Amino acid sequence: MLDKELVQHVAHLSKLEFDEADLEKFTLQLDEIIQMENELTAVDTTNVRPTTHIARQESTFRADEPQKGPSRTELLSNVPEQADGFIKVPSILTTEED
Amino acid sequence: MNYFDETITSLHQKLVTKQISNAELAQATLDNIDKTNDTINSFISVNTSIGQEPAFEIAADQPLQGIPLAIKDNILTKDLKTTAASKMLANFRPIYEATVVDRALRAGMVNIGKTNLDEFAMGSSTETSYFGATKNPWNLNKVPGGSSGGSAAAVASGQVIAALGTDTGGSVRQPASFNGVFGIKPTYGRVSRWGVIAFSSSLDQVGILSRHVVDSAQILEAISGYDKHDDTTSTQEVPAFSKIKADVKGLRVAVPEEFMGYGVDPKVKEQVQKAINTLQQQGAVVESVQLPHAQYAVQVYYIIASSEASSNLQRYDGIRYGYRADDVHNLEDVYIKSRSEGFGDEVKRRIMLGSFALSAGYFDAYFNKAAQVRTLIIEDFKKIFADYDLVVGPTAPTTAFDLNSRIDDPVVMYMNDILTIPANLAGLPAASVPVGLADNMPVGLQLIAPPFAEQTIFNAAQVLENESNFLQMQPKMGGQK
Repeated sequence: MLDKELVQHVAHLSKLEFDEADLEKFTLQLDEIIQMENELTAVDTTNVRPTTHIARQESTFRADEPQKGPSRTELLSNVPEQADGFIKVPSILTTEED
Repeated sequence: MNYFDETITSLHQKLVTKQISNAELAQATLDNIDKTNDTINSFISVNTSIGQEPAFEIAADQPLQGIPLAIKDNILTKDLKTTAASKMLANFRPIYEATVVDRALRAGMVNIGKTNLDEFAMGSSTETSYFGATKNPWNLNKVPGGSSGGSAAAVASGQVIAALGTDTGGSVRQPASFNGVFGIKPTYGRVSRWGVIAFSSSLDQVGILSRHVVDSAQILEAISGYDKHDDTTSTQEVPAFSKIKADVKGLRVAVPEEFMGYGVDPKVKEQVQKAINTLQQQGAVVESVQLPHAQYAVQVYYIIASSEASSNLQRYDGIRYGYRADDVHNLEDVYIKSRSEGFGDEVKRRIMLGSFALSAGYFDAYFNKAAQVRTLIIEDFKKIFADYDLVVGPTAPTTAFDLNSRIDDPVVMYMNDILTIPANLAGLPAASVPVGLADNMPVGLQLIAPPFAEQTIFNAAQVLENESNFLQMQPKMGGQK
């Protein structure tokens, strides 16, 4: 049921790209996994509520007061490309000379 | 330092009476790692600077002071490279300490280095690490299990006395079982996840591995408890876990019929049955029960864990930290090329599966269905724990498998986790304690308790440690004098 077109669509949603050989491989593997997942259809879940988290703790709130956080230098310490204390990224649109 | 004959308490005695200084202990541990790491590849990085720390007076009332601890490399350590075993984070230096690390350090423990894992903790064999596979110290042709395979191999080979791991679907317990060490995943919410690189937020929990049960208990005591940085942590009081009572008299123990099926190797079953008999001989009341929805645990897990992972791993975009691809022409390129070059295949498979399960048209059939079956698994456990104190069975269907034997077959690899996943889905505390050998490889018994009943696990595991004499057995690498 899983074809290359759908896998390509999911890759797009996931911001991933695959060459033809990998697309082939991933389609086969994901299809096998989805077939395994389809075994869940055998379980009757009528009126069963879904469990999406299991925290046993009530949510807590803190006062909305400014707190001291990490410095700019610290926050930028793992940035791949930066200039003048700012994060540097390529242009959003493809540049002309490319 | 030969950790095979030591516990944290015996080391503490030596430190207090100055038979060894904290500096010497740290250096001896670094030497241990240095001697064997080329062979087993359990560490990604070592905290060499710790060898230069000055010696200081160890307080008699500070049992963890000066004790070296290995830390899985998906747990943030300030200024010490934390990679999640991924090319994506190969040069990442955290600017803050994970809460578990902070608490261990405050208790006086020493961060000795960062252990290998499957990339982003996604795997059951530590073979998907960007930094190469870890080997099993009992047999170097076998996997150490995963994803905390580096932590388990480091403890099993005597490089360290204890290590932190994380457990999302069995990643502490299965490698503990494969390496013949004790490993515990506490109740969801017992330990803070702040600073633990997120994989599946409703399942992840930090755990501990050690040769002796009591050492894990002592460390769990130090790292547990409410953390204002993690809203899912519990305010429940943390008991003095290390005050273990090795006693199972009258303990009501349930053995799910399903756990003894599921393709469990007959030789594994034999060792597990022997351990169950021991519990019975020591006064536990053992009965067979049913856990009917556990057979769907793997299917439920791979939808839920992958969905949460696809969301959690969106943050790796090549902008603020992590790998950035070079040959890019626009912003979209940065995202796509950085992620496609920075993640390995297993991580990509899970992101893809998760995106699929959450996508329009498939959400109800996959994500919602899995979340509903999760509810049924939780209810199965609730019914059992109304009458029993502990659920036991094998930790894994087999002993450690051969390196490279399953890596290209994801479904076969995933099925290996069928016995450990249910405890994560239900957020229950669970541990693996070594009970014997099958074909010269260790076998673990799994113990699962109701929420926050870790003490029951420690007490029963201590009985098995005492009765099985497993600690007398030595792997191929480690313990030799």
